Amino acid sequence: MSDRLPGFSTLAVHAGAQPDPTTGARATPIYQTTSFVFNDADHAASLFGLQAFGNIYTRIGNPTNAVLEERVAALEGGTAALAVASGHAAQVVVLQQLLQPGDEFIAARKLYGGSINQFTHAFKSFGWNVVWADPDDISSFERAVTPRTKAIFIESIANPAGSITDIEAISTVARKAGVPLIVDNTLASPYLIRPIDHGADIVVHSLTKFLGGHGNSLGGIIVDAGTFDWSTGGKYPMLSEPRPEYHGIRLQETFGNFAFAIACRVLGLRDLGPALSPFNAFMILTGIETLPLRMQRHCDNAKAVAEYLAGHPAVASVSYAGLPNDKYNQLARKYAPKGAGAVFTFSLKGGYDAGVSLVSKLQLFSHLANVGDTRSLVIHPASTTHSQLDDAAKVKSGAGPDVVRLSVGIEDKEDLIADLEQALSA
Amino acid sequence: MNHDAYPDNYIRGILNSVKSIAMVGASPVNVRPSYFAFKYLAQRGYDMIPINPGHVGKELLGKPFVASLSDIGRPVDMIDIFRNSSHIMPVVEEALTLDPLPKVIWMQLGARDDAAAAKAESVGIKVVMNRCPKIEYGRLSSEISWMGVNSRTLSSKRAPVPTQGMRLSLNRMSVGGGETAASDRAAKNKSEQS
Repeated sequence: MSDRLPGFSTLAVHAGAQPDPTTGARATPIYQTTSFVFNDADHAASLFGLQAFGNIYTRIGNPTNAVLEERVAALEGGTAALAVASGHAAQVVVLQQLLQPGDEFIAARKLYGGSINQFTHAFKSFGWNVVWADPDDISSFERAVTPRTKAIFIESIANPAGSITDIEAISTVARKAGVPLIVDNTLASPYLIRPIDHGADIVVHSLTKFLGGHGNSLGGIIVDAGTFDWSTGGKYPMLSEPRPEYHGIRLQETFGNFAFAIACRVLGLRDLGPALSPFNAFMILTGIETLPLRMQRHCDNAKAVAEYLAGHPAVASVSYAGLPNDKYNQLARKYAPKGAGAVFTFSLKGGYDAGVSLVSKLQLFSHLANVGDTRSLVIHPASTTHSQLDDAAKVKSGAGPDVVRLSVGIEDKEDLIADLEQALSA
Repeated sequence: MNHDAYPDNYIRGILNSVKSIAMVGASPVNVRPSYFAFKYLAQRGYDMIPINPGHVGKELLGKPFVASLSDIGRPVDMIDIFRNSSHIMPVVEEALTLDPLPKVIWMQLGARDDAAAAKAESVGIKVVMNRCPKIEYGRLSSEISWMGVNSRTLSSKRAPVPTQGMRLSLNRMSVGGGETAASDRAAKNKSEQS
């Protein structure tokens, strides 16, 4: 047994999965069952008391989901993971372990619109108060820290314009404040960026996007880096204090460097309930096997499309960190040398009407509200996802009336460019 | 031995070779980590000896409590210490008076005493610090994968279905040595600060 380090593509295929002990099935079986029998009363008690490894009920854990969890933990370089029903569910479960009512967390202003809504409205009703900071101004994070701050939340590649966040700089702020850094790595996937290598303590994903990759299954995941010490100062009682739900177990003391993932499972998922369907876990696992191949193609196509658009007379500007003159190109070279992702925005000289016209004329790009599909996707935020905002708010959130967002798929790039060409010129 | 990051082969070699384990600080309280580990290791076939002077005369899962290492009265392969870092040295010093010497001294998650480790290593005893043998056994066998934990091992072989009292194979291909790099660095920084 040599301690050799397999590469990323090997882990994408193998990590977490081995032939089924009962049948020898080589693909991971879909354990489509709610519950699992106990060997005897003592075994049941051991499982409920967290004393033994094993399965109880699919809301707490499932063997298909466990393969997905271990695989993503391995790809991200974390100690453990927990799969949940969606990226939004991952965010609820993570913050439930960290915040008490009245606490605060700092979030980068540039986020997926759904996260902005969730943080602003739903979490406010739980008494979890978001404080916004500007990812292009690291000092704004420092200024936002208060004694009630419990976490910092950023996206590695930020929606919608594909801007790159300086993870290391913000992790320094988090370390100084004594709070964990949570990084949503959905748009990068671990193939492009591994936030834990840059100081993240917790990584979350919408698996629905590039990890699953085929636009067919919702899912979310939480990865524990195993780097944060939860025991200091009683700041994180879900992890450091005796838990009455489990007869006084202290999770950090018992589970060490994967205690956060266990807390998310046995306190978050168990009690809040957003479990992932094992069928979805299977679909996402199958997608992950080709993540390195797909992600490289997504990036190569995105760069070609961005270059084409940058030279088109109808286009006012392109925001793609992979372009040499882009504001975020230096950060892209540092954090995502293999490619700057496949989601970006561009603006049209013809404004709102040109955006609506473009979307209606495209034949290959699908007009829908998702990213990270094999298929190329397009949305005109001003007339759809952001239509309820006034013009000033649209511009501030990167969704001005002239802005179009693309998620570039893995088709032949010549066909994508031809589709844009006919839609822009007609 | 570099105690910041153990190669899997080092841990695997220990868990594959020791048969008897004396657990110092074993607790009869069933929510304590020592109870969890004692029960699990007993189920995996290790000959477990609970050491706790406060419970002499009682049993832990059918094994009688012993007051101290010197009172065991027979050779033991490994001593697993469930005490805080500040209480490690006297236990190691007592272990060094045993004849024959134990082959391994293991300190639990959160416990680390580099001076005590050096003392034990100077007489040929293998030392592991700030790890849990239950977690390491579960990790190397991949049994811990049921909890979504990164076992950091791979295998294309069909594993037997685990049953009560069964020894599991720990001989899977390692993905990385011991802990992951990021968690290793964090643990090292913490131990350097303290």
